Amino acid sequence: MQSTSILIESLPNIAGGLFTTLGLVIIALAVGFVVGLPLGVIQVYGGSSILTRALSRGAVLYVWFLRGLPNLVLLFLFYYGIFPFLGIDLPPFFVGATVLGLRSSAYQSQIFRGALLSIDQGQMHAARSLGMSRALALRSVILPQALRISLPAWSNEYPILLTDSSVCYAIGVMEMLTRASLQVSRTRAPVPLYLATAAIFIIMNYLGMSILRISERRWRIPGFGGS
Amino acid sequence: MSDAILRVRGLSKRFDSEEVLRGVSFEVHKGDAKVFIGPSGTGKSTLLRCLNRLVEPDSGQVWLGSEEITHASDIDGVRRRMGMVFQNFYLFDHLTALGNVEIGLTKVLKMPKRQAKDFAMSELARVGMDRFADKYPAELSGGQAQRVSIARSLAMNPEIMLFDEPTSALDPELTGEVLEVMRNLASGGMTMLVVSHEMEFVYSVASEVLFMEGGVIVERGTPGQIRDENASAESRDPGAPSAQNPSKSFARTRAFLRRLDG
Repeated sequence: MQSTSILIESLPNIAGGLFTTLGLVIIALAVGFVVGLPLGVIQVYGGSSILTRALSRGAVLYVWFLRGLPNLVLLFLFYYGIFPFLGIDLPPFFVGATVLGLRSSAYQSQIFRGALLSIDQGQMHAARSLGMSRALALRSVILPQALRISLPAWSNEYPILLTDSSVCYAIGVMEMLTRASLQVSRTRAPVPLYLATAAIFIIMNYLGMSILRISERRWRIPGFGGS
Repeated sequence: MSDAILRVRGLSKRFDSEEVLRGVSFEVHKGDAKVFIGPSGTGKSTLLRCLNRLVEPDSGQVWLGSEEITHASDIDGVRRRMGMVFQNFYLFDHLTALGNVEIGLTKVLKMPKRQAKDFAMSELARVGMDRFADKYPAELSGGQAQRVSIARSLAMNPEIMLFDEPTSALDPELTGEVLEVMRNLASGGMTMLVVSHEMEFVYSVASEVLFMEGGVIVERGTPGQIRDENASAESRDPGAPSAQNPSKSFARTRAFLRRLDG
């Protein structure tokens, strides 16, 4: 009975972090996309000049670095080291969203790279034979296909970022886990409160994935993937 | 000054240690339908790709009309003037048949959307595919897909069409519809360079058959000359190294065709 009253009392506070968590995930997905897509492109289509070859090597190094470190280490590195060193003063929320986004960009770049590699080289030849420049062919023919092909794999970034967002607790972002922990210290009832937090995460995961599945069906290229 | 639409002189291409083209030369005049035949790996497809510089030749010269295009800086402009049809169609999978034909018109020629749609529909009708305008490539048979890819190239209003084995990826029962479209184009005066081993088509359409072997044109002549056992080859490719000993017969072409039949 006591657990129920604690839950009823604390739940609005924990759920209040829902928008913060969602904000972290949406910004991180967007940063990951904006940074990851060019990284994927440069790894597949770079290499025709010294500059693009250098960028392509740089992209490989970037991906290797960001995928090789735990989220928490990256978060602390940026929060306590890199951003202060660069004179960038961001609230913890934006530091968290940026770091999650940059890490996601490393993974997203590999999703886009795989999708780009799956497109037959002949598609580029056919586009070029119509008189399209390389950039126009990439923009009008290759990327629209690659993005659609990559959507099922890209959708996995949502639950990954949703669960990873809780590490922002470590720098004081008032997301759901931070709020739940504060409520636990106040009420000393960890089980019902963390169970409730887990339930909210699972519902958010289910809803987000449902929307993404609809998008996958909507944008699927006929003849590719499931019906 | 030659009135040729396309002139090729001494075109050569090497991939690593393999010399794929060895000084190929020929001319194409308006309305010509020249067909390249020869064993696989003899440089026919590479030759077509060198003409529109999808593959950069190592040496030699190519003129389109009076313009030398071997080192043309506006290669996209040159490619617009040379339609190309590929063995594997390479339709853009995310676009419908109509979208495939429209995209060059809207993105390259900057034609207004409505006008591009009407024009694309008329090009699809030209190859008998207007009924399938809203179908995606995965929903088309190989023959239908190839006809759409022909319409996609024709829509750019090219001066010459390059066909790189347009039926070799098709089941035999589907080749007829593609060859029929090509036959109609040839009879309508379209200038064409074709790589094909569909000999019935070659004999009925080709203004000249060029037999390639080892990266050079070794024998060339009209379909009638090739079929006539008493006829001799006109000449070898003048730019080819082996041209010093010109063949007096179509012996190699005929031997190849016998192997093809067998």
